Amino acid sequence: MALLAGCAKTVPTPEAAGQVPAPHRPQVYRFGNGFEPQDLDPQIVQGIPELHLIEALFEGLLTEDPKDLHPTPGLASSWEISPDGLVYTFHLRENLHWSDGSPITTDDFLLSWKRMISPKLASEYAYLIYNFVKGAKDYYDAKITDFSQVGLKAPDDHTLQVTLLSPTPYLLKIIANHYVWHPLPIKTVLKFGALDERSTQWTQAGNLVSSGPFMLKEWTPQKRIVVVRNPYYWDASSVKLDEIDFFPTEDLPAEERMFRDDQLDRTQEIPVDKINSYRKNHPELLHIDPWLGVYFYRCNVTRPPLNDKRVRKALALAIDRESLIRDVTRANERPAYAVSVPDDSGYTPRAQITGTLADARRLLAEAGYPDGKGMPPIELLYNTQSNHREIAEAIQEMWRTKLGVNIDLLNEEWKVYLESQHTHNYQMERAGWIADYEDPHVFLEIWETNNGNNDTLWSNPEYDRLLHEALRAKDDAIRYEIYQKMDAILVDECPVIPIFYYTRAYLMSPKVKGSWPNLLDNHPFKSIYLDD
Amino acid sequence: MAQPEAQIRVITAESDRGHSLWSDAWHRLRRNRLAFAGGIFLVVLSVLCAAGPLFSQAYEAQNLDLGATPPSAQHWLGTDVLGRDLFARILYGGRISLTVGLVATFVALTIGVTYGAVSGYVGGKLDAVMMRIVDILYALPFAIFVILLMVFFGRNIFLLFIAIGAVEWLTMARIVRGQVMSIKRMEYIEAARALGLGRRRIIFRHVIPNVLGPVIVYTTLTIPAVMLLEAFLSFLGLGVQAPMSSWGVLIQDGAEKMEEFWWLLVFPGTLFSLTLFSLNFLGDGLRDALDVRASKD
Amino acid sequence: MIRFVIQRLLQTIPVIWVIITATFFMLRWVPGGPFTAERAVTPEIMRNLEAHYGLDRPLYRQYLDYVGSVLRGDLGPSFKYPTRTVNEIIAEKLPVSVELGLLSLGVALCIGLPLGVLAAVKRNTWIDYVCSSFAMVGICVPTFVMGPLLILAFAIHLGWVNASGWYGPIDRVLPSLVLGSVYAAYVARLTRGGMLEVLSQDFIRTARAKGASETRVILKHALRGGLSPVVSFLGPAIAGIVTGSFVIEKIFQIPGIGREFVNSAFNRDYTLVLGTVLLYAGFLIALNLVVDVVLVWLNPKLKFE
Repeated sequence: MALLAGCAKTVPTPEAAGQVPAPHRPQVYRFGNGFEPQDLDPQIVQGIPELHLIEALFEGLLTEDPKDLHPTPGLASSWEISPDGLVYTFHLRENLHWSDGSPITTDDFLLSWKRMISPKLASEYAYLIYNFVKGAKDYYDAKITDFSQVGLKAPDDHTLQVTLLSPTPYLLKIIANHYVWHPLPIKTVLKFGALDERSTQWTQAGNLVSSGPFMLKEWTPQKRIVVVRNPYYWDASSVKLDEIDFFPTEDLPAEERMFRDDQLDRTQEIPVDKINSYRKNHPELLHIDPWLGVYFYRCNVTRPPLNDKRVRKALALAIDRESLIRDVTRANERPAYAVSVPDDSGYTPRAQITGTLADARRLLAEAGYPDGKGMPPIELLYNTQSNHREIAEAIQEMWRTKLGVNIDLLNEEWKVYLESQHTHNYQMERAGWIADYEDPHVFLEIWETNNGNNDTLWSNPEYDRLLHEALRAKDDAIRYEIYQKMDAILVDECPVIPIFYYTRAYLMSPKVKGSWPNLLDNHPFKSIYLDD
Repeated sequence: MAQPEAQIRVITAESDRGHSLWSDAWHRLRRNRLAFAGGIFLVVLSVLCAAGPLFSQAYEAQNLDLGATPPSAQHWLGTDVLGRDLFARILYGGRISLTVGLVATFVALTIGVTYGAVSGYVGGKLDAVMMRIVDILYALPFAIFVILLMVFFGRNIFLLFIAIGAVEWLTMARIVRGQVMSIKRMEYIEAARALGLGRRRIIFRHVIPNVLGPVIVYTTLTIPAVMLLEAFLSFLGLGVQAPMSSWGVLIQDGAEKMEEFWWLLVFPGTLFSLTLFSLNFLGDGLRDALDVRASKD
Repeated sequence: MIRFVIQRLLQTIPVIWVIITATFFMLRWVPGGPFTAERAVTPEIMRNLEAHYGLDRPLYRQYLDYVGSVLRGDLGPSFKYPTRTVNEIIAEKLPVSVELGLLSLGVALCIGLPLGVLAAVKRNTWIDYVCSSFAMVGICVPTFVMGPLLILAFAIHLGWVNASGWYGPIDRVLPSLVLGSVYAAYVARLTRGGMLEVLSQDFIRTARAKGASETRVILKHALRGGLSPVVSFLGPAIAGIVTGSFVIEKIFQIPGIGREFVNSAFNRDYTLVLGTVLLYAGFLIALNLVVDVVLVWLNPKLKFE
């Protein structure tokens, strides 16, 4: 029976930071990682499996606190922000090295950022630089071709300076929580192609060079990806794991079986139907952590009857969220009565969709459809998956019995469903939005008029105005108050019907220690160790 | 060596076909107990599914508090995750599955047998072209084909039959062709040709009835495959929409939940298997009953 | 026969050409593309993405370029896994599927053929019913039910094999059993059907009358004709089994090419879809040729046409 190298029986280590354990056998963390990653180039990928791998391999100027995600020093040991909020100065640590021993220089940073905003690279996240940095969008649009005119500079060998178009209060969060601003090993990248050439071989095992706690040892597609400890990492002494094996686990039931067969120490997710039996029989293995995301139904506000906000509000009120969460989704989700998700950075939306069933019925009657009579048909679209179907069926029944509103359900395959959404060829559709970084801006900016992710065709000039005012706010307290007003508008108009806030439910062996749940489900692997 | 018996059979079968062949076949079928039992089962099942709504509970009535429960006095086969009665859902699902299974298979059968028989009998260049067309259709990606169908023609149930028929007739055609090629040089066919009978007549009156054996067998194997294929098409959005379900979807769903809620798999699965067995025994019986050349020893 | 084979190989060219062309255009007409994602891509970025992949050129140009590269043996880079080429992906994953396929085929033939023959010979006796019923298990219990059941029993409860993966020889057992059982059912039933057709024919009676033993009658005289439906079926069936089964590979986490057939379509990975389609077409054509040759060999009355 060919099982992989099991976990070591190590002498229990004290949790004091910086102490290197002396294992007799290697500490190998076996991690179920969902879909096979498309690539390991941080400037090209967008998915969650890729995110986990990048977290192990790369680091940026800032990292995040494993518990509440606030920005902490990474490759930069300190930073300052100018009083007008336009210039950020980062001071790099001394003696930073790539995993092949070569030094990490300011050139690596500057050229990586240049690469990120090179139009030829066509990075899907390029906007996370060019929306904020002075001159970056012009460079991207090829209006200027001289990179030195962009607000990204290195005044000396250990300092980087970023000049912005306007104060961007959440920039540090982007840099800390997300990988877009990470430096790449430019010498390695250039060995395999031009700077802005997309998808070259520099990310293959044997070529890839990393700055983070681990380095890439093996990448066998659809079998496993192995990363091992990076001795050149500036904080290598606090890294306790020797190796992480990432397994592609596309099929959730198969992943759960792998875990039971001791082939994994941690799974990506867990099939919903197994949650209750684990709660009952093996609660020590089941973990359910709140996640910074919201599950909602989008309404195409141009099609009757959803063009009337009273109808939308009535539908929103008639969903019994508690019952849905308790009986259908079963993973301790929190009911959502507002679009923004309460987070650890101090924001909780105060406006809530409140009202009784009587209120809902009254709204429906006011809109001209007492007891649902005379209402044009509504079709609810969802992408094929048993969870989405069960939620839709439950809500369909709730609307039928409580409001007299009959809706039809329609499932489409993933890409067809996305096309329907982006071409606005739907009436109501199931959707979700997960935050890339921890800031309420993430959930509110998408409802701006004509935002590419809006897709509801809803437009509110006051909302748009408030959004831009928030960007100019002097500090977070003022900014968050503006967001409260925006949430209130969303609650009033209901262009989308929030249903619940996501959680991550997964299985983890009790011997895995140092893994803190956080709202983004980010995994600073350097704090994790295995303790039998 | 000449086969005078076979020649005579051809001629008499032709003239008596109106009466004796079919009633003869029916008698033989009745005597095959297993086949008869299978037939009865299928009839009863169809009636139950058709009449289901009259006596069962509503298939879409939910009871979220109840959730999934094992068989009980109120819910004979248990309930699903949303508290819906499984017995009712199986009956309603049976309508869809049985209809789709029979109709789509019939479509595939008609196209496949005709196509294969013509191709095998005529042979030569026509056979080559026809079989190359089959090869092409085999190779095209099915999921993409179905999605395209839905784009152009919408989402109605007839499309479901077309999509399924479009895939299942191919292997049938190949099997029939192979069979036809092996019997076309048989003496009784030569005799028919010698008698001056036209090609179409030979194909439909003499060739096809003699390849019915493997055709019936493959048909009874195709019906369950069609039912499961329907579940895949549901995934693409073609076919019945929630809350209505079909056996294929119920079984797929039940398979995901089999450790927690075994009844969600066992009952639809058992019914599916029983239908399959019935079809096969009935098919065997039919084949025996219709066998013109069956040795009576 | 040589002429026959050569004729067939020549016919392959237009067939492959039609397949490539039809698939190419079908993929472009289907809603959703390789970059359609939940997070909308801004128009500028989309323009640059399309430029990188040459998707902004006129369609007929893209088509001609693709056909040209296929003729050179280059199936292009994958859209979904851009650092890998389709050739690489197929080269990595096909051997796994072929191995699984051949093992499953072996299981199917070893179980199906004897059961089918026995059932035919002992028609309408209890032996027939038992054999037929046993053979049917493969279709009654769908693979996505049988697979997890066997894994739960043998991997989780008994611990004899891994729950998933393709590491050692022991990992071949369950997947090939599950996949083989489906084909075993078809093989058994078609063999029975074919044998029954043959056994009722007069030349069999003649052979028996001449004093041949029953075994000889079956094996030497009946089997040849009786196998013809199974052989016709096996052509496309082998092509299918060797290019992998999506369901089996998903349940057992096997790194084969079967998954790519379905996933590439869902990912709208144009080049990988075309690559897998060509792969399957190749197998299909080759196997159908073999089937046609074997059919003639089985029935000497047939001639190559």
